[in-house]
Amino acid sequence: MQISGAQMVIEALIAEEVDTIFGYPGGAIMNVYDEIYKQNSFKHILTRHEQAAVHAAEGYSKASGKVGVAMITSGPGFTNAVTGLADAYMDSVPLVVISGQVPMSLIGTDAFQEIDAVGISRSCTKHNYLVTDAADLPRVLKEAFYIARTGRPGPVHVDIPKDVTAQIAKFDYSKEVDIETYKPTTKGNTRQIKKAVDAIKNAKRPLFYLGGGIINSNASEEVRKLVKNTGIPAVETFMARGTLKYDDPLLISMLGMHGSYAANMAMSETDLVIGLGARFDDRVTGKLSEFAKGAKIIHVDIDPASISKLVNADFPIVGDIKHVVKSMLDIAKTTIDKERYTPWLDTIANFNKLHPLSFKEDSEDLKPQWVIKRVGETLGDNANISTDVGQHQMWTAQFYPFSRPRQFISSGGLGTMGFGFPAAVGVKAADPKRISVNFTGDGSILMNIQELMTAVEQKLPVINIILNNNYLGMVRQWQTLFYNKRHSETDLSMQPDFVKLAEAFGGVGYRVSTKEEFDAALKDAIEKNVVAFIDVKVHRLENVMPMVPSGGSLFNMMLEYKEK
Amino acid sequence: MEAAERRVISVIVINEASVLSRITDLFSGRGYNITSLTVAPIPESRYSRLTIVTSGSVRVIEQITKQLHKLIPVLKVIEHADLVEKEMALVKFPITENLADISALCSAYNGNIVNVSEEVIITMVADEPKRVDYFLSAIKRFHPKEIVRSGAVALER
Ligand SMILES: Cc1ncc(C[n+]2csc(CCOP(=O)(O)OP(=O)(O)O)c2C)c(N)n1
Repeated sequence: MQISGAQMVIEALIAEEVDTIFGYPGGAIMNVYDEIYKQNSFKHILTRHEQAAVHAAEGYSKASGKVGVAMITSGPGFTNAVTGLADAYMDSVPLVVISGQVPMSLIGTDAFQEIDAVGISRSCTKHNYLVTDAADLPRVLKEAFYIARTGRPGPVHVDIPKDVTAQIAKFDYSKEVDIETYKPTTKGNTRQIKKAVDAIKNAKRPLFYLGGGIINSNASEEVRKLVKNTGIPAVETFMARGTLKYDDPLLISMLGMHGSYAANMAMSETDLVIGLGARFDDRVTGKLSEFAKGAKIIHVDIDPASISKLVNADFPIVGDIKHVVKSMLDIAKTTIDKERYTPWLDTIANFNKLHPLSFKEDSEDLKPQWVIKRVGETLGDNANISTDVGQHQMWTAQFYPFSRPRQFISSGGLGTMGFGFPAAVGVKAADPKRISVNFTGDGSILMNIQELMTAVEQKLPVINIILNNNYLGMVRQWQTLFYNKRHSETDLSMQPDFVKLAEAFGGVGYRVSTKEEFDAALKDAIEKNVVAFIDVKVHRLENVMPMVPSGGSLFNMMLEYKEK
Repeated sequence: MEAAERRVISVIVINEASVLSRITDLFSGRGYNITSLTVAPIPESRYSRLTIVTSGSVRVIEQITKQLHKLIPVLKVIEHADLVEKEMALVKFPITENLADISALCSAYNGNIVNVSEEVIITMVADEPKRVDYFLSAIKRFHPKEIVRSGAVALER
């Protein structure tokens, strides 16, 4: 089949069974958009900013487990998308981002809307390509999808000059991929797995340390079984929320900077860490030299470079979590005696009793934590929850009752304000049956507020709950605690009217400051099934607690801090 | 801080556009050190071989090799332990210096005079990097005008 480069892009997307893409057109990518116009195999969602297109593709991917696709033009289109690429790279989100480039003859001449896109994306993608001949396009696109979804997943960027999209060549999209230099290991080494299970058998105070890799490899079912069958307690990272059901008796909650006291104490007292798809991020470990000090470490990860990068693993296992956990299950079944962990579970129950995750309702104002719990009680499993970045994000991770993997969609590694709303639009596109809720802050929502138009136009009703504290709350919290209350440039007293803003774009807005008003607004937004902003006036000075101060040890938590 | 060790790493890559910048970006982006880097195509193949001299703690060296291996066009990463290592240096001297002494020194370091013009001579030595260091300090008194080193190449024994 002899077709144009632009047609090849369409054919490849069809062959990869892509049903939705997100994008924004421009000069260099117009040939491809012309082909998008002619087809009706997949849906194109026009976002109102390229950063949002990539975040929406991330939301789509995180909710569905499929590869997300974004399409953008050269120059400013591409540079706008960089934050999205970096975000996806840090959270190992499988994406294929296709950008237009100036024609080959103009590359390197500082042409209109030219930028060295692959030069820029090199450090924030798993791999990238500049396609210089349409004959290479089928192979490149096939490889791009394959690389994005296999091994440790990540974003792949394909940059295509305009004349290459016009060039006619043979299209032969193979079923198989063979990249001589790329062979990710999936099966863990059997001997190592046996040794690890032996270590589990002999440990007195073992602890599962569950990370986002479990969700990426769709291994939650297996992990739930392993936890249940072994009777060993577990802590989740921020990225792993929902791996275990919120009411699982063996789940201690999230660990790390804003983890629970019990989770962090368990990590400090354990004699064997069983790390599954977690990467020992500094927000999790606190002071490294004090992290799980008396423990041996089992570390299972698909990415060999993640193992022993920060903490030395006594039992390193490279492989897909799903495979490895399955093998562990088989061996563990016959050998593990649950009884021996009873004293350890008692200790943990005690930590939980001492300082449970909680908040005080001691003011006139609504507490943001109450709002999140309330949404949890109302919607529970029926909603997918995304967030922006800040205090509201941490409270959501702490207080929302997550029931399943892929229910919680947030920017972990990069911590990108402006992620939540476009991601929630992508989530809704991927999973239309569930309600898409975005918890955001009065700072974050303004970073991609133009997506109101996308959501309204596409009838992708996202309920944005703005936990409005008139502050860049998380930064204010640090200024309070570590900069002697010098609140430099974090006061957001000056605000738009969020209700009118929502209405101006064709959505619905609510302003609430009591529990009753909140319940009524949420109910109405759900019934109306439209794009909504619920602007919730919350207590201005609430802090996210408990907290491990940056660089401190996990067992040394700040439990409370009250501020007037 | 763990002690930094000198290490020689060979990397076999597919010969394709921008593969070299992928490697150097990895070093600069992650704050690894490059002492020298030499690259050339491997004859009659679609690969190139890079020889990278670097230094770092054991943990850093381990990360370097793992991260290198993660790059898609990288076929093989060889961390040398027992190896033959050579480096070349070209040095330009004024013709007025004592050519006999220079020539004798060069041959002690596996080299000779490779070019003579009206004003300068150019010498070449090829030896272990450490010995090239010695050579370069020994020739200081002959007022070298210009020195260029190639960076190391290495093969496992
Ligand atoms: C793009 C971007 N810029 C800056 C930051 C730094 N930052 C982290 S949290 C935060 C405050 C967020 O404020 P808001 O969205 O109002 O949420 P709150 O903390 O009040 O819940 C800032 C500025 C960031 N994470 N991302």
